[in-house]
Amino acid sequence: MAKMTYIKAITNGLDQVLQDDPKTLIFGEDVGKNGGVFRTTEGLQDKYGEDRVFDTPLAESGILGMSIGLALTGWRPIPEIQFMGFTMEAVDSIGGQMSRNRFRFSGDVTMPITIRTPFGGGTHTAELHGDSLENLFIGIPGLRVVTPANPYDAKGMVISAVENNDPVLFMENLKLYRSMKDEVPDGHYTVPLDKANVVREGSDITVVAYSAEVNEALKVADKLEKENISVEVIDLRSLSPIDDATIFASIDKTHKVVIAQEAQAMAGAGAKVASDIAENDIMSLDAPIGRVSAPDSIFPFAMAENYWLPNADDIEAKVREILNY
Amino acid sequence: MAAKSKHVVDFAKIKSTMSDPYKKPVQVIDETGKIVNQELFDQFSDDELVTLMEKMVWERALHEQTMNFSRQGRLGFYAPTFGEEASEMGIAHAMKKQDYLFPAYRDLPQLIQHGATVKEGYLWSKGHYQAYDYVRRGVRAFIPQIIIGAQYVQSAGAALGIKKNGEKDTIAYTFTGDGGTSQGDFYEGINFASSFQAPEVFFVQNNGWAISVPRKTQTAAETLAQKGVASGVPGVQVDGMDILATYLVAKEARDFAVAGNGPVLVETLTYRFGAHSSAGDDPSRYRTKEEEKPWFDRDPLIRLRKVLTDKKLWDQDKEDKLVAQYKDEFKEAMKDAEAAPKQKVSDFLKHTFEVPTPDVAADIKKFEAKESK
Repeated sequence: MAKMTYIKAITNGLDQVLQDDPKTLIFGEDVGKNGGVFRTTEGLQDKYGEDRVFDTPLAESGILGMSIGLALTGWRPIPEIQFMGFTMEAVDSIGGQMSRNRFRFSGDVTMPITIRTPFGGGTHTAELHGDSLENLFIGIPGLRVVTPANPYDAKGMVISAVENNDPVLFMENLKLYRSMKDEVPDGHYTVPLDKANVVREGSDITVVAYSAEVNEALKVADKLEKENISVEVIDLRSLSPIDDATIFASIDKTHKVVIAQEAQAMAGAGAKVASDIAENDIMSLDAPIGRVSAPDSIFPFAMAENYWLPNADDIEAKVREILNY
Repeated sequence: MAAKSKHVVDFAKIKSTMSDPYKKPVQVIDETGKIVNQELFDQFSDDELVTLMEKMVWERALHEQTMNFSRQGRLGFYAPTFGEEASEMGIAHAMKKQDYLFPAYRDLPQLIQHGATVKEGYLWSKGHYQAYDYVRRGVRAFIPQIIIGAQYVQSAGAALGIKKNGEKDTIAYTFTGDGGTSQGDFYEGINFASSFQAPEVFFVQNNGWAISVPRKTQTAAETLAQKGVASGVPGVQVDGMDILATYLVAKEARDFAVAGNGPVLVETLTYRFGAHSSAGDDPSRYRTKEEEKPWFDRDPLIRLRKVLTDKKLWDQDKEDKLVAQYKDEFKEAMKDAEAAPKQKVSDFLKHTFEVPTPDVAADIKKFEAKESK
């Protein structure tokens, strides 16, 4: 057990899967000698060699298309797409190809591919580096979309993703990479890919969030506790599928819910959560479903990020509104 | 001061000569049936010549019978292969069972030669999951790709996988058309395979047309074979109406790739005699009879038929009997295809994830209840 940043926890998890399974391969742009532009794969090429951890030509469709051919010949690819905005270049490989092969071949061909990709606002990057693009991908059948919000989950979930026999889009939050530390166990452990986690228990209202918004929700819970308002915080962890059971159990207790996400509101994970509640558990609520999300504009110019991204203040305001309904 | 030269760089000269090395399509027999390269011709035994002719007759018969089924409304999407028999069968004949094939939608004949059945080809056209049963039998072939170019990046990955697996005498091979060479994935595929020096042969069947768009609209490059040079991949043109030339080039390309020299790009010059697909495309909207005529004269069966007839290895009676026999087989295959079981939505759901998600699990229950009624 050691205190580790989110990014080190991912590196540690990747080290573990490279060690456990000789068929795993890490590749992408700058992941070899340079250890990734954020150093997520640092030291792995030295440890496992250039056959297992290697740089590719600079072409995202090539990287993910190649992953399909490698999977077909018995390998377990862990490609990195350097920033989630760049997945736009490879949408066919994800949605048109790898996610369909289990279906096409009635289970005879599987695609155990883990696409790692960083995303998330607040670090003032160039355009198409910080966008939360999960809304594009969670509607693709056959693809799992997950994102950890803390170092413990980051390691356990990356191991689960690689060991899973279906394609997994593994979203790593840029802002969390080095901003938090956690106790992370040594060696092999897994965190399920399809289970939400109650990260803080409460009884007055449920806040459902994921990735960096989990921390924002926890700040709100801390603040409102001083006013004797008890906020339960759920970290979705998986955006496809959504773990409704955990959410329903919580709102059956609190009867109020706010859903917070960094992505725009249209057709995203929060919309799916709201729709599932509305369809299956609406009678548990005694107030409308509250939502906090980014405005439905393009992800902003870097200097405007701080007042575009939803934060703890936005969540707090929405929580108070729903509590006072 | 140096004397003033006319050009710093003579771009006009570069442009006018850059295609030259690629404009020499390999040919063994010309369209009149004349042997134009005796040395290459002598590499073929009589038996091999007959086998190659039989394969082209098989593909032509498959096309004719399949079009009949299509007109009868018994098939779905089908891309006619009429005119491309030498290109497709010449390449197929050069490949080995252990090779990984990444076909596109016009490549059903090669897929069947590689181990799929005609029944599976028909089920693919009709839209049935049993089309892909060949994979269960260990046939190393992927799906007939619909997204133009996707097969190029995927096969480059398979070629790298072969190399990493240390498999000897094995390649990945894939097909696209002249239109496919305009896709980004075309370049990414050949460039990745080249960067990793992976064992792969990329085939471009240049049949002149991408539905209604002519070859000249795709690129100002004079050949498609030269598209390899930018990624360090040797390219060559071959007369794709000459099965002997196509076979020899494909075999040599394969030998080069398995020897660890990296990928090769082969452009076969052929022609789509018919429509793009069986679904309403009408070539008279965009091309003339005058354009078609010389290509019809280059029919790959005509020239080899003449060579074999001259050598007393072939006659019309033998060909008629073969065609009748093949067509009977295709009719049986269609009967089998039509007897395929009704598909279940619950099965599709079961094959969405290894472990069904809660939403999928609920749908499985729902559809199983429906299907049991």
